Amino acid sequence: MRPILLQGHERALTQVKFSKEGDLLFSVSKDHVVCAWYSANGERFGTYKGHQGALWTVDVDPTTTLLATGGADNTLRLWEIKTGKELKRWEFNTSIRRAEFSEDGRQLLGVTEKRQGQLSNIFVYDIVPDVTADQSTDPTLHITVELPRVTVAGFSALSRYIITGHENGSVAQWDAKTGELIKEEFPHEDGMSVTDLQWSSDRTYFITASKDKTAKLIDSETLEVLKTYVADTPLNSAAITPEPTNYVILGGGQAAMDVTTTSARQGKFEARFYHKIFEEEIGRVRGHFGPLNYVAVSPDGKCYCSGGEDGYVRVHHFDPPYFDFRFEVERERERGLQM
Amino acid sequence: MAPSFQSLDPDMDDYDDDDEEPDFSDLKEQYEVRMEEGLDTFVVVDGLPKVPPGSKDKLVKFLLRKLVGFGKTKEENVFMPMNEEGDMSEGFAFVEYETPAQAAAAVKGLHATPLDKKHTIAVNKLTDIERYGREGRIDETYREPEMEEFKEKEHLRSWVGDVDGRDQFVMYRGDNVGVYWNEREDQPEPVRTPAGQVVDRQHWTETFIQWSPKGTYLTSMHAQGVQLWGGESWSRQKRFMHPGVNLVDFSPDERYLTTWSHQAMQVDENNPILSLEEDGKNYIIWDIDTAKPLRSFVTLDPPGPREDAEGQPIKKKLQWPAFKWSADSKYVGRMNHGQSVSIYELPRMNLFDKASVKVEGIVDFEWSPASAERHSIKSYEQLFSYWTPEMGSNPAKVGIMSIPSKEVVRTRNLFNVSDAKLHWQSEGAFLCCKVDRHSKSKKSLATNLEIFRVRDKDVPVEVVENIKDTVINFAWEPKGDRFVLITAGEVPAGAAVPPKTAVSFFAPEKAKAPAVGNFKLIRTVDKKNNNAIHWSPNGRFVVVATVLNQQSFDLDFWDFDFEGEKEEKERDLTANLMLMRTADHYGVTDIDWDPSGRFVATSASVWKHRMENGYHLYTFSGQLLREEPIDQFKQWAWRPRPARLLSKDEMKNVRKNLREYSRTFEEADSAKRSSADKAVVDARRRMLSEWYAWRERVVEDLAIDRDDLGLGEKSEEQMALEVDVEAEGEGKVVEEIFEEILEESEEVLE
Repeated sequence: MRPILLQGHERALTQVKFSKEGDLLFSVSKDHVVCAWYSANGERFGTYKGHQGALWTVDVDPTTTLLATGGADNTLRLWEIKTGKELKRWEFNTSIRRAEFSEDGRQLLGVTEKRQGQLSNIFVYDIVPDVTADQSTDPTLHITVELPRVTVAGFSALSRYIITGHENGSVAQWDAKTGELIKEEFPHEDGMSVTDLQWSSDRTYFITASKDKTAKLIDSETLEVLKTYVADTPLNSAAITPEPTNYVILGGGQAAMDVTTTSARQGKFEARFYHKIFEEEIGRVRGHFGPLNYVAVSPDGKCYCSGGEDGYVRVHHFDPPYFDFRFEVERERERGLQM
Repeated sequence: MAPSFQSLDPDMDDYDDDDEEPDFSDLKEQYEVRMEEGLDTFVVVDGLPKVPPGSKDKLVKFLLRKLVGFGKTKEENVFMPMNEEGDMSEGFAFVEYETPAQAAAAVKGLHATPLDKKHTIAVNKLTDIERYGREGRIDETYREPEMEEFKEKEHLRSWVGDVDGRDQFVMYRGDNVGVYWNEREDQPEPVRTPAGQVVDRQHWTETFIQWSPKGTYLTSMHAQGVQLWGGESWSRQKRFMHPGVNLVDFSPDERYLTTWSHQAMQVDENNPILSLEEDGKNYIIWDIDTAKPLRSFVTLDPPGPREDAEGQPIKKKLQWPAFKWSADSKYVGRMNHGQSVSIYELPRMNLFDKASVKVEGIVDFEWSPASAERHSIKSYEQLFSYWTPEMGSNPAKVGIMSIPSKEVVRTRNLFNVSDAKLHWQSEGAFLCCKVDRHSKSKKSLATNLEIFRVRDKDVPVEVVENIKDTVINFAWEPKGDRFVLITAGEVPAGAAVPPKTAVSFFAPEKAKAPAVGNFKLIRTVDKKNNNAIHWSPNGRFVVVATVLNQQSFDLDFWDFDFEGEKEEKERDLTANLMLMRTADHYGVTDIDWDPSGRFVATSASVWKHRMENGYHLYTFSGQLLREEPIDQFKQWAWRPRPARLLSKDEMKNVRKNLREYSRTFEEADSAKRSSADKAVVDARRRMLSEWYAWRERVVEDLAIDRDDLGLGEKSEEQMALEVDVEAEGEGKVVEEIFEEILEESEEVLE
């Protein structure tokens, strides 16, 4: 199907997220505006105005009532999705790089930038999934991260761990109750920043994208690297398609500062599909004329979208062949299961 | 307590250190004024004729005339001793110059110059006698030189015996140089030494790599010189010291090597390999077997002014190779622009016939790439062609000269020549001189091809006339008689895009064997961007490509002997031209046929640009086998093969029974492929089962944990999806409203 081009932002996209039902799409960009869209037709549902700086992150709670956003104005804000009302504002010393709800939607984490002599901090807040409730001002957990700058973070299954990705390519596991550092691993090349971390639908494993041109599938319990996907360009984002399909989608491209010197062909601004289990590239989707800053898959697996440095969001609904495609050995297995 | 200054009594001499004179002998020795230093202005001239006292003055005066060429000296400073009887001179003389530098210049310039037919003088520094001839330095008794024990060398051509007949190539990317076997569509297999080590080495070379012409050695370049590698263990075979070396060139038989450095070498006396002979030189010609220099040369300045009008030095294109080898490596020649060709005989590297071959006005010369087989000429000869431009009222000339007779075999006069290029066919059967001619007004250019049939009686010349536009590239079919050329239209001044080009294919008309008919144009394909012609080393197939171009990068694979219907108008030609396939390799910079003519490697080198560096591998017919992007990809080079050992009949036999042979190879190929496929499928099957086993375990564990925590079966996130699915069952109505303005009109109301 023809992709839907969402032209609502004036500057580079930083993150795009589907609601857990897959019908809404939220996008944040450097132009200070949060947009919500219908994923089915690309119509705009609304905007959330108030932020005073570039936005870096957005997340939706599982019931699609609350929206969390954070950005360079050093605030983390909670919005009512339906009305666009700002419900809560937390202020920090540095900007918010990442915000994410736990899988039950009762906790929200925010990662602050390491800057101005401040270390990266992780703040966890208890959230009451009710628009009329008063949200607590003080965090239930505050981790001061002594490791290199935290770039990405999230809650694992059952909110047992907080997993962080770092500027030097390392991935760390923290106890989400006590804030204790449990484990630190180095799946990516040293010094090559982890640029994204996205979960499988049950949050038992996740995928990291890195500037070292690889994406890795990692077990959230053991931090063991399960799979490695090798691309030919620095990666900004990686997403896992929900089961039963077994794909991962990688996005990236030449760093934004080098882009003006290269042609669109050269920049490798394509979304790449890999088979999750066989680690083989299946196909690419072109369209953006800047690096892909974020790729997200709808939780229902019916479409995916990508946000680019070029200021556009492209929503692609999968065609039937996508769902029918199988490797011979997969067919073999399915036949075996049916019998 | 140390005594203060005041307390020191000048008369008080507590330190009686007369006996404690330190031993300065070592320092003295080191800093001693060298008395014989003064002797540096003296030279000894030996090998003079012995003359009676009456003729002595005459001889001194004669000698003086030569001596003053290198410095200041006078008659009193030439001392020629007489024998004891006083009736004859001793045959040597001592000469004093004003400065040591002059003496050194005299040694360098006069040593081993002939005085007359019988006498050749030897000029040495006086101090050298002391240095080399002092007592004890020379052993009086003869000692047999020790023979080094014979060590068996490695087999340098073992790769040719590969069971599958694969070819090797070398890849240079990043800092690594690796040698690989060509595995067609599969990942190239690294070559291994007998010890099992992969031949992929970091910093193997500093600038580039080069194969010797028959593939025996791999050349690596270093600041200190050149190294040759080879054998099964890929060990260093030879080392040639040439500080600052930039380029190398081999003789066709791999016996000699030319190295060149942009900067003149600086060699001091104590250098173990190079002697003062090499000091200040740019070229060295080496004997590869002994790794000793044969002779060295300085770079000749190319013609034309050194500086432009503003006094900026003009960068001139270096002629490389400047030393050109004859087909059998017996001669090597260098052109003295506008004057002569200096030909040196191997292995002594002496100037052939003691003088350069004068060719007034010479602009370029080229040896025949194969030993000549001229009509009714049985004696040994090597041919080279040359051309000279118009000079005064004399026309421009193309000539062919035979060596060693120095006889001009053929010349041809040409008019209105602005430039010419000499192209030999690979077997030396034809010489094509591409002549760019200007009109009388010098405004427009046209190109003529003057084709010399070297093997025919009296070397007849055929002219392919009036090709409009300038020919930018020309290439003979190797071992064949057909050729391809590319013409380019004129560039409008200030145009940003290069002009469109046209590719023309030529073949001879059908004639009774063994004669070759007249050359005729088969076809011209215009509106192209092509600029490169790469023939298969066996002929027949040719790749016409566009390289080093920003917009266009197509590769056209042509077949000259297509096995199919032939066009009517081409019926009389010995070719059936067909475009087999067009491929496209973004940013291609280099094209390289493998030595067997089965594969073509195209590469995009980081030396030229930084976009999509890497290589493509095609079959001869243009089918893409493999593409691999590699960061920092620099160079691809197929390993050349030595000449085939099969006789012509044997080759014919192979060709006749090709089906038989190819069947066995095809069987081997398909067996290999199926086993490789099977391995891939097995690996996938394993991965799949491992994955699902892991998933099952994880899902189970999660369910247990959820249960323990008293949570539902599904997380809130997954529940969200469930609701959605149910809602969808009832059908969703999405209302879309489109507004469109059909017409807009404006009415002005009064």
